[in-house]
Amino acid sequence: MINFVLLISRQGKVRLTKWYSPYTQKERTKVIRELSGLILTRGPKLCNFVEWKGYKVVYRRYASLYFCMCIDAEDNELEVLEIIHHFVEVLDRYFGSVCELDLIFNFHKAYYILDEILIAGELQESSKKNVARLIAAQDSLVEAAKEEASSISNIIAQATK
Amino acid sequence: VSLFLDERHDLVILVVNTIQKDLRSDNYLVVCAALTAACRLIGEEAIPAVLPQVVELLAHPKEAVRKKAVMALHRFYQRSPSSVSHLVSNFRKRLCDNDPGVMGATLCPLYDLILEDPNSYKDLVVSFVNILKQVAERRLPTSYDYHQMPAPFIQIKLLKILAVLGSGDKQASGNMYMVLGDIFRKGDTASNIGNAILYECICCISSIFPNAKMLDAAAETTSKFLKSDSHNLKYMGIDALGRLIKINPDIAEEHQLAVIDCLEDPDDTLKRKTFELLYKMTKSTNVEVIVDRMIEYMINITDHHYKTEIASRCVELAEQFAPSNQWFIQTMNKVFEHAGDLVNIRVAHNLMRLIAEGFGEEDEGADSQLRSSAVDSYLRIVGEPKLPSSFLQIICWVLGEYGTADGKYSASYIIGKLYDVAEAHPTDDTVRAYAISAILKIFAFEIALGRKIDMLPECQSLIDELSASHSTDLQQRAYELQALLGLDKQAVENVMPADASCEDIEIDRNLSFLNGYVQQAIENGAAPYIPESERSGVVSVGNYKAQDQQETSAHALRFEAYELPPAASQASISPTTDLVPVPEPSYYKEDHQMSRSQPSGDSLSGEFGLKLRLDGVQKKWGRPAYSSSSTPSSSTSSQQATNGGVSSEVGGSTSSQARESTYGSKRQQATEVSAEKQRLAASLFGKADRKTQAGRKTAKESSSTEKVATANATPQPAKEQVIPSAPPPDLLDLGEPVSSSPPLADPFTQLEGLLGPASASPVVSETPASSTSKTPDLMSIFSDDVQTGVTSGSTEPSLGVNVVAAKKGPSLQDALQKDAAARQVGVTPTGNNPILFKDLLG
Repeated sequence: MINFVLLISRQGKVRLTKWYSPYTQKERTKVIRELSGLILTRGPKLCNFVEWKGYKVVYRRYASLYFCMCIDAEDNELEVLEIIHHFVEVLDRYFGSVCELDLIFNFHKAYYILDEILIAGELQESSKKNVARLIAAQDSLVEAAKEEASSISNIIAQATK
Repeated sequence: VSLFLDERHDLVILVVNTIQKDLRSDNYLVVCAALTAACRLIGEEAIPAVLPQVVELLAHPKEAVRKKAVMALHRFYQRSPSSVSHLVSNFRKRLCDNDPGVMGATLCPLYDLILEDPNSYKDLVVSFVNILKQVAERRLPTSYDYHQMPAPFIQIKLLKILAVLGSGDKQASGNMYMVLGDIFRKGDTASNIGNAILYECICCISSIFPNAKMLDAAAETTSKFLKSDSHNLKYMGIDALGRLIKINPDIAEEHQLAVIDCLEDPDDTLKRKTFELLYKMTKSTNVEVIVDRMIEYMINITDHHYKTEIASRCVELAEQFAPSNQWFIQTMNKVFEHAGDLVNIRVAHNLMRLIAEGFGEEDEGADSQLRSSAVDSYLRIVGEPKLPSSFLQIICWVLGEYGTADGKYSASYIIGKLYDVAEAHPTDDTVRAYAISAILKIFAFEIALGRKIDMLPECQSLIDELSASHSTDLQQRAYELQALLGLDKQAVENVMPADASCEDIEIDRNLSFLNGYVQQAIENGAAPYIPESERSGVVSVGNYKAQDQQETSAHALRFEAYELPPAASQASISPTTDLVPVPEPSYYKEDHQMSRSQPSGDSLSGEFGLKLRLDGVQKKWGRPAYSSSSTPSSSTSSQQATNGGVSSEVGGSTSSQARESTYGSKRQQATEVSAEKQRLAASLFGKADRKTQAGRKTAKESSSTEKVATANATPQPAKEQVIPSAPPPDLLDLGEPVSSSPPLADPFTQLEGLLGPASASPVVSETPASSTSKTPDLMSIFSDDVQTGVTSGSTEPSLGVNVVAAKKGPSLQDALQKDAAARQVGVTPTGNNPILFKDLLG
């Protein structure tokens, strides 16, 4: 089970967090600070796994971002490493040559993609095609909702004249 | 919303209703979003509210919904296993789903269930093996391939499940060997995901019943991992090796050099994993080297959590495999010297007990030797600075008990050492207490042996100082020491027997030795002892009185809550009549939530009462234009919230406030049924009268009708204020159809008029008509129906009359809906929504 997902930039800025176990706000801040210090200081040649308070943190660096996932001690670390890669591939396919700015300005899309891949700390969908299809359908729904909302606003405006 | 809340947050109660509504949506994307939010927000208390709907969604035609429903049930199982236990068979069914995504998602809850009770799922071994075989043979769609590997995540999950099922079961394991062999053969060591599958295979093989061929394949793969340049693979290799040596210890021999390389690697993660491996392969022959390495590493790290762990492992290994007493004492000294404050206090107590009792081999000579070596090493160490407090405690205790046992050191020498410890730590009361007790023991033993002991001047001053200490514990020990010095040889032997720290102490629970004193006191006139049960009876009487006061207070609070509603109810009900019907659906949604959040109803109604009063005041004095403009904006917000799959903060808060408002209105209405009936009758009666009038005298006649209605109804200021505000909305509604519909639209208007009575009938039929008070309502409705029929049947009906007839339908339905709600009879919102929206849009 994955306890939380963090995206941290090389300067220690937090770009995206997702918590699958209950953590209070104070605990979250403390966790982020500890793990930032722990992961950002590791060299590129070292293991991608870090033991931390009885858990394991699997991290992977893509350009200027570190993707970190905290898992239970008995889980398969290589599998989680590939789940991170799977997530990055889906992001790349959706945004097209995804970069840090895409995640900053479209963070709600990133959250939605993450929700499609992981749910309750478990891998939900391992097919990139299915994830892409669902996200496209969601985008269409949002567009339709916007159009409908604007048309309703027009009707109400006319009615009140 | 799901990003900011978790299931422990109080606001989740408000969100449950939204999730319930979304779960019933026709749009599968909305259902998916609701399921995702449910996994995040639904806690143990709220699971029963959404569980039936999630179970229904397991059979949804869309596979994405089925998959998320399985994940949601898995989360509910994690939160509250008892509430989901009757659904276990559903997971088995989903395993046979024709969509691989749903099947893969089902493996997650099944894995957790199998972990708890493997025996109940042995019959699924063949199914899992078949699925794994199909995956290995690439029979799944290519969209599930990942870097040319067929469905690797499903394979890994299946291997984990098989590992649990096959553990200790030869028959179940027999089914797995062939498919595991296939996976090993096809394993690709060039990619990470291939290595992940191979590693999971090794874990599976090390868990199930051993098989020689499988173990050879696992050993070979482990060897590849260890020889790899990648640190990740070395890490996995060390872990796999740790699992395999439990079955076959000889496997580790071949990789000694690789293990040593990992041990000396600068990577901390790899080092720790290697220490775990060494911990598993420790034997009598290698324990010294391994523990030395562990201690050396422990000295260098700064991570308290891991330092604690490795220190406890060193202690454990030393206890199990110590080759000699000398080595054992030295090892313990090192561990406590560098990690004394991190080691569990029980370890220190166990060490003391070990020194006192020996290794349980009934060899007094060896035990004495152990104690002597302990005393020697502690006397050597005690002078060092910065020793941990727990280590000093052990040192003082051992020196006190056994410092003079073998006669090598004089009592004065030991006492001097202990005095130095006490002086060096003036702020550590625990260590000083141990030191004083140790000195006391040495004095006792010397006196018992009949030897004369001289008190050092500095010890005397120390005892005098402690007698005046702020710590009562230290005071007592000092006084005990002074008292002991005054006793004779015989008494000291009884008080402090030698080498008896682990002997059992007999306790006289009844304190029978005090019976003599009690008897003497009673003879002198003292009152007899009252048992505790009688005294507790008196206390319970006191509790009863306190409880009585509590009830009085509660009664007062309830009175306050009920005093508020009447005025607010009047103000809140009237504006609802004039509002556009759009908010009605949320009104009914609130009905479900009220029953769920009943315990907090009192406080909620209090808050809503205040808000409603403000709303009433605003309606009363605001301009008609202002009130009509606010309605469309709220309608737009709720519309966006309904249509948008993604819930935003603003929309959520707006709809939340709207629901709160309607919730309060609902609460007030429940307590004002009679007033509601009166208003309903007046409303129906007034509209009926107006309906019969026509032509130029409509305005004049309406005015007189309103006066009659006012005279009939109970005279109340709020009601009188509301009636004049009715005309402006009427004018707006009247103008809209005229301007938007040309004469060609007449047939549609007639059809709409016909639909009105038809839709009203089901509403009436759903309401039980057993009470006499409903008879007038039915008569009024019937009369309206007749009038409408007559009007539509006439030739060339005038436009004005038709418009009035069309407008009347929604008003009647609106009134009927409120009436139904007042009687708490639920009317399905979806049944009415199309008509309401048609009127609005038309």
